[in-house]
Amino acid sequence: MTPTEFLVLTRGPLFDIAVTIFVFGIVLRLFEVLILGRKADLAAARGAEFKPGMATVMRRFVPDREKLQGSPVVTILGYLFHVGFFVCLLLFVPHIELIHSTLGISWPGLPTAMIDAVAVITMLALVGLFINRLNSKLLRFLSTFEDYFLLVVVFLTLFTGYLAFHRIVEPYPTALALHLLSVELMLVIFPFTKLMHTFTAFLGRYYNGAMYGRRGVES
Amino acid sequence: MSDHNTLGEILRERGVSRRGFLKFCTATASMMALPPTMTMAVAEALEKAPRPSVIWLSFQECTGCTESLTRSHAPTIESLIFDHVSLDYHHTLQAASGDAAEAAREEAMHAHHGKYLLVVDGSIPLGDPGFSTIAGISNLDMLKETAEGAAAIIAVGTCAAFGGLPHAAPNPTGAVSVSDIIKDKPIVNVSGCPPIPSVITGVLAHFLTFGGLPELDQYGRPMVFFGQSIHDRCYRRPFYDKGLFAETFDDEGARKGWCLYRLGCKGPMTYNACATMKWNQGTSWPIESGHGCLGCSEPDFWDAGGFYKALSIPTSDLAGAIGTGLGVGAAVGIAAGAMAHKKKTDAEHEREPLTVEQLEGES
Amino acid sequence: MSGTSLQRGLKAWMEEMDAPVASFFSSCVHCGICAEACLFYTETGDPKYTPIHKLEPMRRFWQQEFTLFGKLLKTVGLSKPVTDEELEEWETLVYDSCTLCGRCSMACPVGNDITYMIRKAREGFVASGHVPKGMVGAAGRAIRIGSPMGVKLSALEAQIRHIENDTGLKIPVDVEGADYMALLSSMEIMNFPEYIEALARIFKQAGVSWTLCSEAFEATNSGIQIGSKDIARQLVQRVVDGAEKLGVKYVISPECGHAYFAIRWEGPNLIGREYKFEVVHILELLDQLRAKGRLKVSEKFDERLTFHDPCQIVRKGGVLAETRNLMGMIASNFVEMEDHREHNWCCGGGGGVSSNERADELRIKVFSRKKKQLDAVAPETLVTACANCRLMLEDGLEEYHMELPVTGLTEMIAEKLVEEEK
Repeated sequence: MTPTEFLVLTRGPLFDIAVTIFVFGIVLRLFEVLILGRKADLAAARGAEFKPGMATVMRRFVPDREKLQGSPVVTILGYLFHVGFFVCLLLFVPHIELIHSTLGISWPGLPTAMIDAVAVITMLALVGLFINRLNSKLLRFLSTFEDYFLLVVVFLTLFTGYLAFHRIVEPYPTALALHLLSVELMLVIFPFTKLMHTFTAFLGRYYNGAMYGRRGVES
Repeated sequence: MSDHNTLGEILRERGVSRRGFLKFCTATASMMALPPTMTMAVAEALEKAPRPSVIWLSFQECTGCTESLTRSHAPTIESLIFDHVSLDYHHTLQAASGDAAEAAREEAMHAHHGKYLLVVDGSIPLGDPGFSTIAGISNLDMLKETAEGAAAIIAVGTCAAFGGLPHAAPNPTGAVSVSDIIKDKPIVNVSGCPPIPSVITGVLAHFLTFGGLPELDQYGRPMVFFGQSIHDRCYRRPFYDKGLFAETFDDEGARKGWCLYRLGCKGPMTYNACATMKWNQGTSWPIESGHGCLGCSEPDFWDAGGFYKALSIPTSDLAGAIGTGLGVGAAVGIAAGAMAHKKKTDAEHEREPLTVEQLEGES
Repeated sequence: MSGTSLQRGLKAWMEEMDAPVASFFSSCVHCGICAEACLFYTETGDPKYTPIHKLEPMRRFWQQEFTLFGKLLKTVGLSKPVTDEELEEWETLVYDSCTLCGRCSMACPVGNDITYMIRKAREGFVASGHVPKGMVGAAGRAIRIGSPMGVKLSALEAQIRHIENDTGLKIPVDVEGADYMALLSSMEIMNFPEYIEALARIFKQAGVSWTLCSEAFEATNSGIQIGSKDIARQLVQRVVDGAEKLGVKYVISPECGHAYFAIRWEGPNLIGREYKFEVVHILELLDQLRAKGRLKVSEKFDERLTFHDPCQIVRKGGVLAETRNLMGMIASNFVEMEDHREHNWCCGGGGGVSSNERADELRIKVFSRKKKQLDAVAPETLVTACANCRLMLEDGLEEYHMELPVTGLTEMIAEKLVEEEK
């Protein structure tokens, strides 16, 4: 297979398959969660559900003192990683082009030098999180194969993107195809791993906030 | 064709000054990424270069490559170099035709066996030999026969180098490149549709100067010309880095000369010397004239996903994929969810109350 | 099904699964932040006490039964079914090292209400017979005798006579048509009868029409702690029957944390209908009276006071502002502990841990968290609003050789009450 054929494969059929599985999985998983439903709460409410639910969705974006003191590495590197990943994903022009061509919406990108720096920070954060997982007695105990594996998969998407951008792997079609391949791997496993928290964390936070809000507590 | 034996003699005969010749040698040396100290060596080698025999075979091609080489506005030193070689067979350019033409080829093959240079443009059909024949000989046979005694082969143009347009899906003729067929000869791929004339002559000059082939990349292309991407040498690159893009061919960004990535420019995946050497004696090149790079020097560039689609856009039916995913996901999800819900409500209905007696019996 | 069994336990889990649980399990990324919010982890450093880890068997059961992918994993043998041995191993994690305090639920970055799930997990543990002996005993006494501590009506009547003789106050019992029916916890009857006296004095002063109910005076609910909604339902039903028989408008939950959560928040869902009365916590009622000017104190306490927030009343129950309003009324030198209100640290004995003797040693060990909190503000008196917290605090303080009186907020108010003859 020539590099261009490899690129054509990963840009074409493989991407299709990956996106189909991704969308299929997300929808399936969301139905699996939502159809279980929630029994109506018969206890007289002290507060509302919707507003506190949404407030908790927002509030848990904000790190508090306890997280910073209790789990500083996870909190700080976790933030860097999440913000960095979404900056790279959503503000790098080639990615915006992809979204534009798929969904028809578009927005300005960031200069590539900035994306470059953010990508490096994000990758370092991931490496840090990986090392921390191995080093911390607590996290080593909690971690499963999946926890390590997903760090590697997400790292690969950034790393192959970085290689392609800087042409460290030649020729470019190979580099770009490797990047696409790593993204496709991530898309395929996404709905069936904890990566799903990208969606369900919002549901979870909402339920938490709504259930506490009903009792008059800001959670 | 001249009867003189060395390039130096030919050039002097044509009135090229020593100064002009050295200037050309400097340019050639730098083009080939040689240190300036090598200029004199190049000049000396070129001056004394013996006159090689060249056989040029054209298969499934459009003559664009030959046009690129010969259609210069004014005679250039490049064309003089080209004049210098003994072009013993080129069915577009030679005066002879029919049997006489073929006889010339055979004669050159005999006379210079093991020493002549074979230049090929066009791809070779493997499907039905009848798709392309010359004097009743299939392209495949002629290539094999002619390559046998060649010192080296230069595949000029993307068709000869990688199969090119004829090779594009669905490839009705079964077109392949020279290197797909010939495995036992040194081959240089000078890809491009067409290749830059100076690149063709540059390779010839290298051959004349050093008697061998230049350093090649993984596609068999001379590193000196194909070592860097269009994107990396593009004068519009700063706009890419700043995130300034033309959105259409006639918007303000286009007028201001912003990056053409979003209009499908394949600069990032294309390795060629256009951005530095330009075309028409350095006048301009595609991106400078406002159009994105097509990626014509890359294998399979016709099939690389559309000339006006940005490189990062998947070539397939994404909307269809999303639609399928949504539909099937919803159907399976509703079914699975309903089953899970039923399991839960069944468990509720079948429930028998737990009593403290039962607990005490156990603990 | 006659007895408890693994199968019965798993079936109970089947019932407990809902969209929040599925969201929570889908979201956990093993970040470890809940561990830092749990005193059982912070005080022992043992990672097995990580809150979400306590749910691992239930998570696997959910994945295998409620997701297609989990079914697939189970079919090919990559996910092992939950075993009886496993539940036995996890029993101590779910009962001995979780007080259902809800602190982890406030900390989780993806919003997992872990306590909500532990409560559900216990349904499976109890139905499979993996439940601490002490809690079974308490539940048995609650069902048969009417109180987890075995307190009978006669004991309450003795205390009432005692108080009435001492103070000359009247403690109304079984008064039909009273506005309020007060509930008590056994601990208040046996250990802190001052609470009953305080109620009598305050209500007399504020002119509140109230009564106790001889058939439903016990507020605590061992069923909730042990995690059996069948047992919990019976206990709630007694209160509901008593209140509806007397025709009261309000039922007052005493200063007992989980009793409040049981009667106020779980009760209607257990009996499957809304109440015909309203449940108020005693502090809510007192704050209402304060706001209306019906509750006045003569002076404030000069000593340095701090307030221990009972988890079930404050963080999980939503009685927040009332506690500070009332403290403000009686304290001139009030000091907050660093983590307070919805971020307070548990006394270590909630969620049934206090009736589980097996957990005593661990409970005392993790009390070091409370000690640190208290050492930092050095109060002269520790005020709380939960009889169970109060017992646990006294116990912990004694073990750690700390001289610090613990008292209930209602009694503090009663002590400084302005008593006018009416």
